[in-house]
Amino acid sequence: MRRTRTAVGAASAAAVVLGLAACSGGARADDATLVVTDTLSDTSAPIYQEVYDACAAEVGMQVQANHVAGSGLIATVLQQASSDTLPDVLMLDNPDVQQIASSGALSPLTDHGITGEGFPQGVVDAGTYDGDLYGVAPVVNTIGLFYDVDALAEAGIEPPTTWDELRAAAEALTTGDRYGIAFSAANTFEGTWQFLPYLWSNGADEDDLTSPEAVEALTFVEGLVADGFASSSVVNWSQNDVNDQFIAGNAAMMVNGPWNMPALEAAEGLDYAAVPLPVPQAGDTLQAPLGGEAFTVPRTQNPDKMAKAGEFVACVTRGEHQLAMATGRGAVPSDTEVAAEAAAANPVVATFVDTVQTARSRTALLGPDWPKAATQIYTAQQLALTGSEPPAAALERAAEN
Amino acid sequence: MTTTLAAGPAPVVAASDTGTDPRRRRARLRERTAQWLFLVPAIGYVLVFFGYPIVKNLVMGSQDYTVRTFVSGEAPWVGLDNYVEVVSSSLFRTTVLNTALFTIGSIVGQFVIGLLFALFFQRRFPLGNVLRSLLLLPWLLPMIAGTAVWKWILDQDGGILNEALGTVGIAPVHWLTSPDVALVAVIMVNVWVGIPFNMTLLYSGLQNIPDELYEAGALDGATGGKAFRHITWPNLRPVVSVVLVLGVIYTLKVLDIILGLTGGGPANATQTLATDSYRRSFQEFSFGTGAAVSNILIVVSLVFAVVYLRANRRAVDE
Repeated sequence: MRRTRTAVGAASAAAVVLGLAACSGGARADDATLVVTDTLSDTSAPIYQEVYDACAAEVGMQVQANHVAGSGLIATVLQQASSDTLPDVLMLDNPDVQQIASSGALSPLTDHGITGEGFPQGVVDAGTYDGDLYGVAPVVNTIGLFYDVDALAEAGIEPPTTWDELRAAAEALTTGDRYGIAFSAANTFEGTWQFLPYLWSNGADEDDLTSPEAVEALTFVEGLVADGFASSSVVNWSQNDVNDQFIAGNAAMMVNGPWNMPALEAAEGLDYAAVPLPVPQAGDTLQAPLGGEAFTVPRTQNPDKMAKAGEFVACVTRGEHQLAMATGRGAVPSDTEVAAEAAAANPVVATFVDTVQTARSRTALLGPDWPKAATQIYTAQQLALTGSEPPAAALERAAEN
Repeated sequence: MTTTLAAGPAPVVAASDTGTDPRRRRARLRERTAQWLFLVPAIGYVLVFFGYPIVKNLVMGSQDYTVRTFVSGEAPWVGLDNYVEVVSSSLFRTTVLNTALFTIGSIVGQFVIGLLFALFFQRRFPLGNVLRSLLLLPWLLPMIAGTAVWKWILDQDGGILNEALGTVGIAPVHWLTSPDVALVAVIMVNVWVGIPFNMTLLYSGLQNIPDELYEAGALDGATGGKAFRHITWPNLRPVVSVVLVLGVIYTLKVLDIILGLTGGGPANATQTLATDSYRRSFQEFSFGTGAAVSNILIVVSLVFAVVYLRANRRAVDE
């Protein structure tokens, strides 16, 4: 009897292991349902869902949207790619498109008749890898200079348009318990993203970070912190932190994006406005980085569904749907005409619509090598802004890595 | 099926003429099989959840493992190239030094304060148990929430710590934004997290020291500091070695606290091997070099793990 029990126990223990091993894979949606993976927040998801539903109806399919946190998206995508469970439609942050496209996980949108016509060059560049278009962003964003209208009026200054004016304004607006300007120089890609307008507008490029133009750009930003017009905390602030500081009245101006508008509107007693970021000299062209999430069609085993997914992406990114998505999220419609419509409705949006027209894609020059350059840029900025190295030496040291 | 297994062979044995020997052998075999079957789940678990990831990580450290690998499955073998790249990078010396300082600083702080608390709570006083359980809070708090609060406390412009220092005339300290201070600030927070662990283990160690020893010692004049040196410390040694070695292994791989507070900045001042591995793998998508860094970390942890196991075995032998 005892022996029997032993055997039963051992057998069932082994069965548990086998059972665990046998348990794998989840249910896949049926052939009539398009699975969409996106990075929308709870507030933006309902806005997009309406567009998804309309487009799904148009292509004669059902739609099922999965929302993933932006920070975990790449890990999820890679895991799905290796287990062959990619969704039918995938939303990617635009600097990641080339990276994922280079892996071969995406299908060219040109296969589905999407050519990128009518979209600004920056949007097309961001979605293009090796000459093929892989992703299209229906709405985009960039950064600009937000300011406290009352604070500027009190100091009697106009919103700055050049670096000299920006410096002077920051100096004039710095008081005992308030800094003139706030921005993010964190050691993340957010810090890189915020530095790019200075770098690019001054004629420097990410493939030559030790050029005199790059040094000049870093020297300018470093000066704002070194002279006390911006808190030295900028090296640890995310863009959210920057927005909090601005709302709390700890900074009279901030560099940030239009996605903060809902929070800024909700802030009581704050009268804010936004202008394009200042350029080195009057007459220079502003080159800010282009942000926004692109829709892509991953390669799956089902060509019919991929074709439907292509039609779906064409529909979602169409002008008529851009306005709804842009207004809801605080973004700029990609289509130039729709953008003009949005600009007419809101002067703050108008600022970003202008900037987007000349905005540049982060991956246009280096493609999948962009993350390395982005790391060098934020590293150099950190070295300079913390006073560890003078700007020229900081750029050189960062480029060594 | 199980019935067959248990009863099946019996008639065969009975038919045999060689007597009890094979029967006993079969019985032993059966018992051994049963023993192994019981071990299978544990061995399977260890292989799947510990063995596979470690082997995979070791292999990955010698591969050009990128985003492309996840789709095509191709990861060219590059031998020691990843290690050469990692070790020759100018960042490597900084990360190794930071990892050492972070670990030593955290361990010393956690251990000394934890031990003081443990000794303090040995005395019986009203609400002593309540206070002791309250001290566990840092351990129970989700680390990301904890670091968010600390980030706010340590803020240089309006942070509560600098405000408090200001009232006694100390100029604001740039806790998280000065490369000279950031590592100290991060260590400080890690000490705060580690105190409950040290205190709890040391406290239970203290509880196990028989009161008679102190009574006998007191007769010989060993009280206060002397009692601690000659009675408490020698009897606490086994617990101390466990606490220290586990603490080192735990601290070497701390990631969340640093990511939450400084993200490795400013200017890499708080970049450790663990954060560098994370950065390489999940920000730059260079999984090969990221794995190489974490393999180095695994080897270092392994050294301490061996020390721990040996110390433990000696304790058992004694």
